Amino acid sequence: MKRSELLARILILAGILLAVGAPLIFWTRTPLIHARMADTGGWNPDVLQAEVGKPLHLSFTSDDVVHGFAVGQLDMEAVDIEPGKVTDVTLTFDKPGTYTFYCTRWCGVNHWRMRGTIEVSGSAVDSGTTPTIPLYVTLGIDIDAPHEAPAIPENRPYAVRGQQLAASLDISKFSSPDFYRANSPYQVFEALASTDLPDFEKWDVVAYLWQSNTTADALTNGRELYAQNCAVCHGESGGGDGVFADDLAAAGEASMQSMNSSMDMAMQTPADFTDGKRMLGASPALLEGKILRGGMGTGMPMWGSIFTEAQIQDLIAYIYSFQFEYQK
Amino acid sequence: MTKIELTRSPFIKTALKSRYPQLTVFIVMLVGYIFAILAGLVGTPVGSHNFSIVFVWIAWWAILILVAVPFFGRGWCAVCPIPLPGEWLQRGAVLAPPEKKPKWLNRRWPRAFRNIWLQNISFLLLALFSSVLLTTPNITGIVLAAMLFAAIGLSIVFERRSFCRYLCPVGGFIGLYSQTAPLELRIKDKKVCAACEGKPCYNGSAEGYGCPWDVFPGGLTKNSYCGLCMECIRTCPFDNIAVNARPFSADLARPSARMDESFKAFIMLGSAMIYAGVLLGPWGTLKDAAYNVGTSSWFMYATAFLSIIFLVMPSFFALCMTRFENLNIFKKRFATLSTALIPLGLMFWVAFSLSFVLTNASYILASLSDPLGLGWNLFGTADAAWQPMLTSILAPGQTLALVGGLIWSGRTAQKAAKEAAVSAIPIIMYCFIVTLAMLWLLI
Repeated sequence: MKRSELLARILILAGILLAVGAPLIFWTRTPLIHARMADTGGWNPDVLQAEVGKPLHLSFTSDDVVHGFAVGQLDMEAVDIEPGKVTDVTLTFDKPGTYTFYCTRWCGVNHWRMRGTIEVSGSAVDSGTTPTIPLYVTLGIDIDAPHEAPAIPENRPYAVRGQQLAASLDISKFSSPDFYRANSPYQVFEALASTDLPDFEKWDVVAYLWQSNTTADALTNGRELYAQNCAVCHGESGGGDGVFADDLAAAGEASMQSMNSSMDMAMQTPADFTDGKRMLGASPALLEGKILRGGMGTGMPMWGSIFTEAQIQDLIAYIYSFQFEYQK
Repeated sequence: MTKIELTRSPFIKTALKSRYPQLTVFIVMLVGYIFAILAGLVGTPVGSHNFSIVFVWIAWWAILILVAVPFFGRGWCAVCPIPLPGEWLQRGAVLAPPEKKPKWLNRRWPRAFRNIWLQNISFLLLALFSSVLLTTPNITGIVLAAMLFAAIGLSIVFERRSFCRYLCPVGGFIGLYSQTAPLELRIKDKKVCAACEGKPCYNGSAEGYGCPWDVFPGGLTKNSYCGLCMECIRTCPFDNIAVNARPFSADLARPSARMDESFKAFIMLGSAMIYAGVLLGPWGTLKDAAYNVGTSSWFMYATAFLSIIFLVMPSFFALCMTRFENLNIFKKRFATLSTALIPLGLMFWVAFSLSFVLTNASYILASLSDPLGLGWNLFGTADAAWQPMLTSILAPGQTLALVGGLIWSGRTAQKAAKEAAVSAIPIIMYCFIVTLAMLWLLI
């Protein structure tokens, strides 16, 4: 064989080797976490390992639409993950445990299914706080039982007027945080039966009591959490008419985890927080339970692994604001 | 207008006669081609950030349809890497012919398929899936790989470049439109070829291989089936092969009378219009139908696609013919007159391609630095933002291309009508109407 022929063959083979080998080598050495809409796979991989105190470097890319990444129970800013681009994130955990990471962008009707876990091993750098048993468990509340208020106000209760009325009443037993969390607005309304106030004024007092158990900052935080995580289904104004509400209804049985009865199907409709019967019959403890656990068999996700206790309380306070007129 | 023999230049002659410059380009192209396959298979599934989509369907396509085909005819085929591996196997060598001929099947291509119907079908197969193919990297990777392996397989079974000549979905329309290009490979003197013993340009010699495109250069009258591989320049013992610069559309002065070529013109013309509607138009339902392959809406889209190309457009064209003696003459006349659609089709594709190339060219910079979407930044351009280019000249440029194509086709129609002994006016009206439709779709 001529030297030129041999050289030509070597060059072709080297070229093929380069064209095949280079991308494969770099591909295998660049581990990326791929984000896809839940219907086509969600996070891949969806289980990550980390050690307490050691920085965890993660590189994300989206294979379809814009997603977001955040880790529940961790003080971090959510980052966007754009299609075809790589987003780097470094996390450090100071407590062992299983953390949930999730998508923070409304990427599709099954957006809320886009979750994964980070298993963090090692011992805690800071002992921190011990987990508490949720109040709804302690109180034995069945969060799936109907909880409609038998009576609701004709107009939206006004907290400022309630505050003025409360000045002449002995409401100290109603105003403690523990009482607030364990009772629904309707229960407090009933407890005010001994007063001479007309019903609409009793509701004003209830509104004041609910406002006195939160702060302006908490409501602001709750509104932000709601807008980012809840409004997509429950609607910006709480009416259960978020942009995915129709999609959830259209998905129907296909999106159901359990399909035992028509009740399950009915639960496909996101809760309407402007519905007085539903909201005024629900205690903060009950709402906390629903948020923590999610709606079994419905599109309502479990938020317990994502929101902190304080965040859930802020969210609950904000959700009640769809019923009460608070002081601006 | 006279021709200019480019191979009179010693530099050009030496560059074409030597195998090394072409081999160098072949190897670079092969590396790029295989890289595109790998990028499609393992890179990001996001088309706009994957080398396979950006470099094949934006960069390569832009070069092919805006430069290579209009100005160099089959210039792309001269450097296309697809036949290289198969040809190496078939010949047993990369450069000069080996002393012993390799023992592969070396069969002749079946007579029934010695036309471009299979190329028409292969193009349509890709065209029907184009919405998925043009946007999905792994599908592009699979199709590119399939073409490479098909070329290798056919090289083992059949003689010469059977894949390029009879099956390549791209080669078919390049051949059709290469007739308009101002570049040709032709013999200098017919008498020399007639007297030449052994016809080494077709049968091969120690200097080179017999025409890989199964063409006898002595009989070349049009560009359609000459792949510009330059083997005949190397094998001709009498230096009787020339590469000439010539006027545009010189081949169209002698219209073809073949139905396979005629329908290729309809396929290309119709596809450009349908693509303009589907890919650039505002009709979401149509886009969904084209994208959701296998669904009932896609089958409706495919049926409409094929009906427009094989029934509607040819039927209206047939109505433009003012005479009917018998079927054979009618078919010949139909094929002859459809030559008028060749320049128009080319300019439709230029106008259509300008739109998405100028819109999406900025992806090339980002993909150059991060071809697999792995977060690399090889040349510092990975974060280049998407930015449509030259938007102010897009509509005028497209209009100019379409109107230019119409005038060009009108001129061609006059020549073809004269050949077919019919009036050119109905054909020109046909071209005018489809041009109006394309203008409406694009602008």
